[in-house]
Amino acid sequence: MSLLRLDGVTVRFGERAALDAVDLEVAEHETVCVLGPSGSGKSTLLRVVAGLQRADAGRVLLSGNDQEGVPTHRREVGLMFQDHQLFPQRDVGGNVAFGLRVRKVGRAETERRVAELLELVGLPGAGRRAVAALSGGEQQRVALARALAPRPRLLMLDEPLGQLDRGLRERLVVELRELFGRLGTTVLAVTHDQGEAFALADRVVVMRDGRIAQAGTPLEVWQRPASEFVARFLGFDNVVAARVSGGRADTVWGGIPVPAGTPAGDRRLLVRPAGVRLVPDGREAGGLPCTVTGRTFRGDHVVVLLRPADGPQLEAACGLRGAPEVGDRVGVVFDAGEVVVLDGP
Amino acid sequence: MVLDRPEVAARRTPRRPGSRPALRRTAVRLGLMAVPLAFFGVFFAYPVTAIVLRGLKDGGRWRFGRVGEVLTDPAIGHVLWFTTWQAAASTALTLALALPGAYVFARFDFPGKRLLRAVVTVPFVLPTVVVGSAFLALLGRGGLLDEMWGVRLDTTVWAILLAHVFFNYAVVVRTVGGLWAQLDPRQEEAARVLGAGRFAAWRRVTLPALAPAVAAASLMVFLFTFTSFGAVQILGGPRYATLEVEIYQQTAQLLDLPTAAVLTLLQFVAVAVLLGVHARTVRRRESALRLVDAAHTARRPRGPAQWALLGGVLTVIALLVLVPLVVLVLRSFDGPDGYGLAFYRALASAGGSGGTFTVAPLEALGNSLAYALAATGIALVVGGLAAAALTRRAGRLVRGFDALLMLPLGTSAVTVGFGFLITLDEPPLDLRTSWILVPLAQALVGVPFVVRTVLPVLRAVDARLREAAAVLGASPLRAWREVDLPLVGRALAVAAGFAFAVSLGEFGATVFIARPDSPTLPVAVSRLLGRAGELNYGQAMALSTILMLVCATALLVLERIRTDRSGEF
Repeated sequence: MSLLRLDGVTVRFGERAALDAVDLEVAEHETVCVLGPSGSGKSTLLRVVAGLQRADAGRVLLSGNDQEGVPTHRREVGLMFQDHQLFPQRDVGGNVAFGLRVRKVGRAETERRVAELLELVGLPGAGRRAVAALSGGEQQRVALARALAPRPRLLMLDEPLGQLDRGLRERLVVELRELFGRLGTTVLAVTHDQGEAFALADRVVVMRDGRIAQAGTPLEVWQRPASEFVARFLGFDNVVAARVSGGRADTVWGGIPVPAGTPAGDRRLLVRPAGVRLVPDGREAGGLPCTVTGRTFRGDHVVVLLRPADGPQLEAACGLRGAPEVGDRVGVVFDAGEVVVLDGP
Repeated sequence: MVLDRPEVAARRTPRRPGSRPALRRTAVRLGLMAVPLAFFGVFFAYPVTAIVLRGLKDGGRWRFGRVGEVLTDPAIGHVLWFTTWQAAASTALTLALALPGAYVFARFDFPGKRLLRAVVTVPFVLPTVVVGSAFLALLGRGGLLDEMWGVRLDTTVWAILLAHVFFNYAVVVRTVGGLWAQLDPRQEEAARVLGAGRFAAWRRVTLPALAPAVAAASLMVFLFTFTSFGAVQILGGPRYATLEVEIYQQTAQLLDLPTAAVLTLLQFVAVAVLLGVHARTVRRRESALRLVDAAHTARRPRGPAQWALLGGVLTVIALLVLVPLVVLVLRSFDGPDGYGLAFYRALASAGGSGGTFTVAPLEALGNSLAYALAATGIALVVGGLAAAALTRRAGRLVRGFDALLMLPLGTSAVTVGFGFLITLDEPPLDLRTSWILVPLAQALVGVPFVVRTVLPVLRAVDARLREAAAVLGASPLRAWREVDLPLVGRALAVAAGFAFAVSLGEFGATVFIARPDSPTLPVAVSRLLGRAGELNYGQAMALSTILMLVCATALLVLERIRTDRSGEF
């Protein structure tokens, strides 16, 4: 049985639906990441599960029990707020111990557990420090320790690493994933950062305007974005209208090979940048003639922006060596393995 | 597994009535308001209405003719004109002298700053009677200036104006300086970088941000000086009277209730208009300012200009605030046989003042402390509940309630006191002989201070801190105790200190309702001043000194626990 189940949960703010009939399940010991742009209803989802926001329709079940009418403090879930919300008048130890104190855990046990948790998040001996004196990363660790202290059956994270700088973020993602695996914690996290979601989650749920746009393992979502919205949200912009028939698609970019078994009809097509191969310009090579309009250095590769004679711009990923300069004319051929047929026309 | 089945929509549970939590919130708010509303209804609206009605009705018939008669009386016209122009002049003078002080306290760090901030606040909570006697000792017959240069100002309007500045200096320094200290200096720096000169940056960035606070402080000073009673009563002599003093004379000396009723209504209308304007400016101030921790914006003065400014402000404070207080203390020791404790010793015996009292004047100290403690308790409960009800700032009803709470500050205390006498004298509210009558009247002026101090802090508590506590397992009550109370606790302590000091100094209403055998300190001072003879005068100074010390102690304790956001006073 799944630990958390949402059944057609709807939340309206006036006319606008922040959550629109959302169904979602999180299994025990699973880490699920909800990914979406701001305003897609991610935070509202967490607030509904925590009981901080009433659902206008639908049910929230924890361990199979309907949570209607159960107040927040009896739901035994943990929530790490986006800006941490540490209690300013308490020191680090007082913050971590809060959930244990309200549960009337004994003094010795509380002290032991606080020390253990601070050790776990990499802040050993920080119990007496003032919250205001902590850096962003340290605050984030204290907030995590505080949320973990009462051993919640479900830990929810709202943009857990949103305010941290890039290096720290990448290190913490790895630490968190390792930590949750070790503790067997069930985690529901929301983020707008795809890198964070893919690195952290067993399963990713992409949201759009209060609805679930796609769900699956990070690999599934990355390889087969279900819709043009998901594709563009993941940063793929080579999307074009196509008419599919017999293993080929007709587009303004010319004929593009599609995976075998694709049903015929009017579709949208995504070609991942890795599948856009550059060849020397010239009609005889059969490539689509394009002009290079921009190039962006990405560390281990270069993204080249190409303008074909007709149709939308193309992005191509190419190696550091041999990348064309702005203004060069090149030919383009497409790689069937990197072509994804999207839902919808 | 994620389910994305369109058919779920068909068996979606019907929408629950979304207004239920909203209804509950309204119910809670009304419940919180019940006690403050009942308090103001019974102990403010009822007595004031009763006395006004008694004045305007004769044998069951309305006598609106009196209104016209009173309003066209040249003597009353003179009082009204004087009340208004002296209030305007006092306000302008206070602003001119106190705004540099506000800047210095906000932006400069210097040794003894905290102590000095407490010292300039002492006059504000000092009983007006004491302020009056302090200025009498400085400017009056046989006063310091008289002895040294033969200058007497007690018969001129300057004595009143200077006393008003003395009294209200802290209002401007605290209201304007408090905000100024929290304005981010980087805003001005941004303007400088964009090409504005030093003065242009101040005028275009800082001044607009400060303007609402300056307006709010000016209105408060105008309100306090417009309704000034004790100081004008003592310093004004026969020539100068404010509306409030005139109401007192009509009520207590001439027993002309109809005229007093018309004047009360007149003052009521003026005050209501002032409070309405004040509420608007305060609301504007609360919106859209980027505030920073005041501790980070002050630094030591640099360059001759800044040191000169600091020196000038310190001089003004010394001349205007310290000298009157020091003179008062000196007078209290300056007995018939040279400096000594003669006046203080006389305070301890009932016969020492030639029959002015049936009890030893010193007993007034015990009375005052007991009354003020009770009044503080009442003010904290009533004001605390009102602030809790007003935390969410939505709604016309709430805003109206907010303004209503300020009304007692500007309503004639004399009217309230006399109203108490004629209304609370029959069952079920026969409080004539009860000691609680005095604390109730004093609490009326304490409540606005509690609300103004606690409300901004309550509004500043981040609701998500409560949510964080709830997620960690704290019930709503527990969350309130663990999150709100520690944050508001300091503000409550500050509010208690203010309410205590203000109750201690309340004079206008207490003078009517305190029983002759249990006077408070201000009442005893006033009685002593009303008698001829050096011994009476000296005892008044001694008693004022004691009162000042008690107030100052309360304030110094308060300054130690002052929060960064201690509200608007």
